[in-house]
Amino acid sequence: MICLGIESTAHTFGIGIVSDKGEILANARDTYKPKLGFGIIPQEAKQHHEMVKEDVLQRALSEAGIRLDEIDLISFSQGPGLPPCLWTGLEFAKKLSKENKKPLIGVNHPIGHIEIGRLTTGARDPVILYVSGGNTQVIAFASGRYRVFGETEDMAIGNALDTFARRVGLPHPGGPEIERLAKRGKYIKLPYVVKGMDLSFSGIITAAEKLFKSGEKLEDICFSLQETCFSMLTEITERAMAHTGKDEVLLAGGVAANKRLTEMLNTMCKDREAKFYSVPMEYSGDNGAMIAWAGILAYKSGQRTKEFKPLSRWRIDEVDIKWM
Amino acid sequence: MDVTGKIIGRGAEAILYLNDNGVLVKNRIKKNYRIEEIDTILRRLRTRHEARILTRAKRVGVNTPSVIDVREYEIFMEFIDGKLLKEVLNSTNSSKRREFAREIGKMIGKLHSAGIIHGDLTTSNMILKDDKIYFIDFGLALHSTSVEDRAVDLYLLHQAYQSTHFRYVKELWRNTEKGYMETFKDWDVVLKRIEQISKRGRYAKR
Repeated sequence: MICLGIESTAHTFGIGIVSDKGEILANARDTYKPKLGFGIIPQEAKQHHEMVKEDVLQRALSEAGIRLDEIDLISFSQGPGLPPCLWTGLEFAKKLSKENKKPLIGVNHPIGHIEIGRLTTGARDPVILYVSGGNTQVIAFASGRYRVFGETEDMAIGNALDTFARRVGLPHPGGPEIERLAKRGKYIKLPYVVKGMDLSFSGIITAAEKLFKSGEKLEDICFSLQETCFSMLTEITERAMAHTGKDEVLLAGGVAANKRLTEMLNTMCKDREAKFYSVPMEYSGDNGAMIAWAGILAYKSGQRTKEFKPLSRWRIDEVDIKWM
Repeated sequence: MDVTGKIIGRGAEAILYLNDNGVLVKNRIKKNYRIEEIDTILRRLRTRHEARILTRAKRVGVNTPSVIDVREYEIFMEFIDGKLLKEVLNSTNSSKRREFAREIGKMIGKLHSAGIIHGDLTTSNMILKDDKIYFIDFGLALHSTSVEDRAVDLYLLHQAYQSTHFRYVKELWRNTEKGYMETFKDWDVVLKRIEQISKRGRYAKR
């Protein structure tokens, strides 16, 4: 079975093609970039996706070296995400499904991140730290579902870094730029907000901005911001491991590209004699391959989509996982 | 006082020792993943914070281990040499079990009246000794008077009853509520909030 998966929850429009043996045949994408000083504007992102979708499809097909009629299943990212962007992916998937008479299945986006991570790293039953522009959650499999053990109470880590970057005049996305500047910084005290397995970033971002206005060096603020936020993420991951008794960690989502975060999690795991896995760059950010693979798992386990409409607030713990 | 001794427990952030004087030592261990500056600030702050809450809880009539001494990263406290309530509650006779549940509710009510949230109420964090229940591990405790925090505090206990003492959930919960009503005057808004929380995904059965 070969599945074509469509991702369009936020910035990225992606199409991946994956076989049921777990071979990733194609992973094409195009990412919308907001103007300097702005965050994502949903309508603009949608327009971007509409513009690039045919081109991304052609690139995916030629990368895989197959024709549309050789595809057995079409999957799409049904949520959570920005409704205008979700509509583009859904309509395009419906059209392809209808024209080629192939079954269609909706996929929960975070499950895509986790499953492509398990596929590409070999992690079996990990505690997952899922960090991206719009998400910050600590997840683990327990009694039939992926359960959220900890999460942010306000903004996601990626959004927090982007917001700070924007306010101090750094380009978008903020993460890589902050990481670069942090290399030359030293520590200034910032609030550290962990409550059990939950955390909060908004107070830290406000405090960091205040430091900038009071004339502290940007390098120092970036260093402190990274050290604080990533220590918090590592701490709640460790708590979830102690709580669930699991001994693997999987880092997934766009922020997985950050080297310092990876290093911290690696150290924590080494100290606990646990295994640490990080989703390879190509598959850590939003992409179509993860939607294709999760589509195969869901379809083969007998799941069927009842209603074809975007689920912009679809939580990962609402989905029964029958393939674990 | 001796910091080392026999290790009797290990959590995500601390190691528990029983030293040669029979004193329990909770040692917040260094975390190598975070920089020295953050690590020392956090461990100092949390150690002091936990010791203070333990002491306050005892003052408002909740059975907790007495704090004997506090150092930079260690709390020295009374070792409650009893049994985990989790291990004995299911085999206790019914009238005793109801009494215990009511006592638990009363103690939570006292904590909440004093503006304390335990943060990790499970029957593994309660010890039974000489027919008295002790609350232990205030590592996640916080000061709060918000309805939400209080409701979540109680709700997590309900979840613990459900997972570990499922056969007696109803009688345990009814009596915990009773005890809670006796010692906390705003019990009605908190119990109402618990109903809402149970409908949300976030705290659905783990």
